[in-house]
Amino acid sequence: MEFLVASSVGVLTAAGVYLLLRAHTFPVVLGLTLLSYATNVYLFATGRLAINAPPLIDEQVARYTDPLPQALVLTAIVISFGMTALLVVMALRSWSASGDDHVDGGQAAPGTAPEDRR
Amino acid sequence: MSLPLIVLLPFIGAPLAALTIRAGRNACAGTAFAFSLGAFALLLSHLPDVLQGEPIEAGWSWLPSLGLDLDFRLDGLGLLFALLILGIGLLIIVYARFYLSGRDPMGSFMAYLLAFQGAMLGIVLADNVLLLLVFWELTSLSSFLLIGYWKHLPEGRQGARMALTVTAAGGLAMIAGMLILGDVAESYRLSDILQQGEAIRSSPHYLPALLLILAGCFSKSAQFPFHFWLPHAMAAPTPVSAYLHSATMVKAGVFLLARLWPVLAGTDAWFYLVATTGLVTMLAGALIALFKDDLKAVLAYSTVSHLGLVTMLLGFGTPMAALAAVFHVLNHASFKAALFMIAGIVDHEAGTRDIRRLGGLAQGMPIAATLALVAGASMAGVPPLNGFLSKEMMLQEATLADWAGNGWLVAALATLAACLSVAYSLRFVIHVFFGRPRAVLAQHPHDPPAGMWLPPALLVVLVVAIGLMPSALAGALVAAAASAVTGGELPAHELALWHGFNPALGLSALALLSGLVLLKAYRSARASWSAGPHPQAKAMFDAVIDYVVDLARTITQGLHNGSLQRQLAFAVGAVVVLGFGTFLTTPYEAGERATLPAEPVAVVGWLLLLAATGAVLALHRNRLLALVIVGVIGLIVSLGFAYLSAPDLALTQIAVEVVTVILLLLALAHLPRHTPREPGWLRRLRDAGLAVAAGLGAGGAVWAMMTREFETLSGYYLEQSVPGGGGANVVNVILVDFRGFDTFGEITVLGIAALAIFALLDRGAPSAHGALPVVPPAQEAPYSLMMAVAMRIMLALSIVVGAFIFLRGHNAPGGGFVAGLVVAIALALQYMAHGMRWADTHLRIDYHTPIGWGVVVAATTGVGAWLAGHPFLTSTVWHLDVPMVGEVHVASAMFFDTGVFLVVVGATLLALTSLARLRSGGGGARQPGSAGAAARKEA
Repeated sequence: MEFLVASSVGVLTAAGVYLLLRAHTFPVVLGLTLLSYATNVYLFATGRLAINAPPLIDEQVARYTDPLPQALVLTAIVISFGMTALLVVMALRSWSASGDDHVDGGQAAPGTAPEDRR
Repeated sequence: MSLPLIVLLPFIGAPLAALTIRAGRNACAGTAFAFSLGAFALLLSHLPDVLQGEPIEAGWSWLPSLGLDLDFRLDGLGLLFALLILGIGLLIIVYARFYLSGRDPMGSFMAYLLAFQGAMLGIVLADNVLLLLVFWELTSLSSFLLIGYWKHLPEGRQGARMALTVTAAGGLAMIAGMLILGDVAESYRLSDILQQGEAIRSSPHYLPALLLILAGCFSKSAQFPFHFWLPHAMAAPTPVSAYLHSATMVKAGVFLLARLWPVLAGTDAWFYLVATTGLVTMLAGALIALFKDDLKAVLAYSTVSHLGLVTMLLGFGTPMAALAAVFHVLNHASFKAALFMIAGIVDHEAGTRDIRRLGGLAQGMPIAATLALVAGASMAGVPPLNGFLSKEMMLQEATLADWAGNGWLVAALATLAACLSVAYSLRFVIHVFFGRPRAVLAQHPHDPPAGMWLPPALLVVLVVAIGLMPSALAGALVAAAASAVTGGELPAHELALWHGFNPALGLSALALLSGLVLLKAYRSARASWSAGPHPQAKAMFDAVIDYVVDLARTITQGLHNGSLQRQLAFAVGAVVVLGFGTFLTTPYEAGERATLPAEPVAVVGWLLLLAATGAVLALHRNRLLALVIVGVIGLIVSLGFAYLSAPDLALTQIAVEVVTVILLLLALAHLPRHTPREPGWLRRLRDAGLAVAAGLGAGGAVWAMMTREFETLSGYYLEQSVPGGGGANVVNVILVDFRGFDTFGEITVLGIAALAIFALLDRGAPSAHGALPVVPPAQEAPYSLMMAVAMRIMLALSIVVGAFIFLRGHNAPGGGFVAGLVVAIALALQYMAHGMRWADTHLRIDYHTPIGWGVVVAATTGVGAWLAGHPFLTSTVWHLDVPMVGEVHVASAMFFDTGVFLVVVGATLLALTSLARLRSGGGGARQPGSAGAAARKEA
């Protein structure tokens, strides 16, 4: 089981990083989403894996998984939604302002500062 | 207590002086004078004890863990410098009152001056090297303000910048040196360090520490090759020059050399570095001073030369030389401050400081001429003035110095410097005040008001008095200071005018005579000087600064050219290199924690995830398809959470997944549907390499972690969840109670993100480029009646579900986050089913409101705990007896969760509707009537 989780984190990270390095906006947004999955699962795994041991207190149950990483990941999921939304809206603004979908707001030659392009 | 107060009083007076300027210039100068006088009086009250050889100590503990304490110590050396700082400071305040014109803002001048005074006192009285460094930097800053006081003059600003750059750079070196010193001595307390001379000199870190500290001292005291900033700082008003550049700031470097003399001096490295630098500086400064025409430039280079003299004496490393150095510090401060003030008087009265245009001023201003004659003669080393005494002591020590086997070299060069010093000093006096006028001056010069000539006159009286009665007036003070420098007994000595016939007397006479001859032959000397090369320090300094700036710009632009791809590649690459570098250079042992068996259902999920991820990579250029597959991946992740005992995460993930997909679909409506193929397979290969490395690293790290045992602090949360937090769902209790402050921060961030999205899209998002497709109004709401009706029913049901999830959240999976997302989705469905216009007219919700209220509610819950005397966000559980229902538990955390709920609903819908509104033509769609018109116009 641990191997499945670890390899999933690796694959999601790799795919996320690859898409993050693309030159156009939407793949970057998707890359960020995949990387968020990977990061959240990574963080979740710091509490180690457990099956059928949810952290819901019950007098009949003696075994619980670690609740702290879950609490951290829960807010992280919501925040990563906020960040994805912000990123995609920035992509939209960039596209509407420059008419170009490139992440640098136009296929300018390297070395020119962003404000020099127009 | 009164010792720290000496340092504090000027700092207290600084803002008051700036305020009292409203009551007039006299009130402002009076305030500054009163505070300096207070500090001076306190200092004098300690004078008898210190002269008896009993240092005063006082202080408080500040940051003992860092070794930084507010310790002050007043010994002979500190006393001498503090007397100079405060005594000359008082004279300068009087002088400045009459020097500054009505247009100059005196309030800020006095404030800067007092701040500088306090910082200088801090340097000389601090008994902790870290504290000393703080004051050291403060003098750099306050002198920057003083030198650049005439902000309208470009020379003033440039001079101030140069002084700050050089002295602050030296200060940085000094910090490093002091840290090494403190490390070797195992204490940052100065009086402890001074006891560790043997240990420090034999430490392998001695030389680096020495070099770094010398860099700081030499730059501050304008020693060669850092001397060039001082003449440029002469753009300051003359009182500043008289104060900073004769008596105080430039003496700080010399002070520190003297202060650290017991631990640093006595080695060959010290002798050759310090004495040689001093000798070269003394000679070079005197030579340049002779050929300058600006009175203040002459004095500036003369100061450089005299500081070199003191540095050289300290560099000799013998107790007698140290005594001479201390004595000369006192004498130089007295005559040089007087001369600066006289230069200011000349400038003030004659309207120029150019020696070539001056002459014969003695007729109009006899008082100034007399003062200049006496002070100048002291600078030249004419008996029976105080300058003669210390200069002769210097020559005596120079005859004893042995420079790499040359017994006569130092003495010869020192005599040459003394000869030059005679020439420029007498030129200062004779060419300005005597002879005949050389040019027609704009105004007829006459003596200034008493407020301007009294301060230098007082100093001149001191010059004569110390010269005539050295032992009675200065003997005790100099002996106390010198024994503080050497840290021990002084050899038998006597400060006296007449020591009998000895080599030093001969050299003095030689210097005087040859100086007179040189001045007589000034014209021809000047001609040969003008013919030689004159390296311009300012041009070199500017060139160096330009080069450094260019270099920094080149490096910055090479690394960061504005391309997001390159930046991200660097960031990922750096993490990969650091991670693998550490992994490969340290031994690795496999973990031994038992792993869980992989059940078939998990393997199926895993295979699905791999396939979906592969599909995203293969198909990512088809954006819609890729988005759908990413949604599938999110579903598998949330199923994984459910499987691995994290029901709350599963619920949240699935709800967020829905919202994210809706949001991205909305965005995709306006973005290109396809990504063009990127040219350059090499780039793709590089990215793939980075990605694989990052994936291997992340996967490997999480594997290594999961196969190891761990300790968690969650035991506390599990135990305290029900009794302390009043809830059985530990995750929710952690969120709203134990770590409620984190959650509070996070909902605030979420709200800010939503507001930013709104702001980005609100104003004219569909741009003039026509890049965003504007859908014609006729096509705007192609909705199906079936769906619309179904969604209305769904809304009611969803809200019930949301309420249920919210209420049970404290004890079972659910809570504010999930409930907020569920309700947000239900509302978003209305927009989808009916179209924006219908939803806007029927729902009429401004989603800014719930965000604001949510944060307010959450904060109020937290503040409520204060009222009960508990820390922020401490939760309480009330047990209510409700008729018919029975006992009900109400946790205050529930109110906090309500805040979370409101923010999540508001933020989600604000983001979604801001995006969706683009479709119907931007902000205009809020008024249904105008939407069509706006859209048509744009079409």
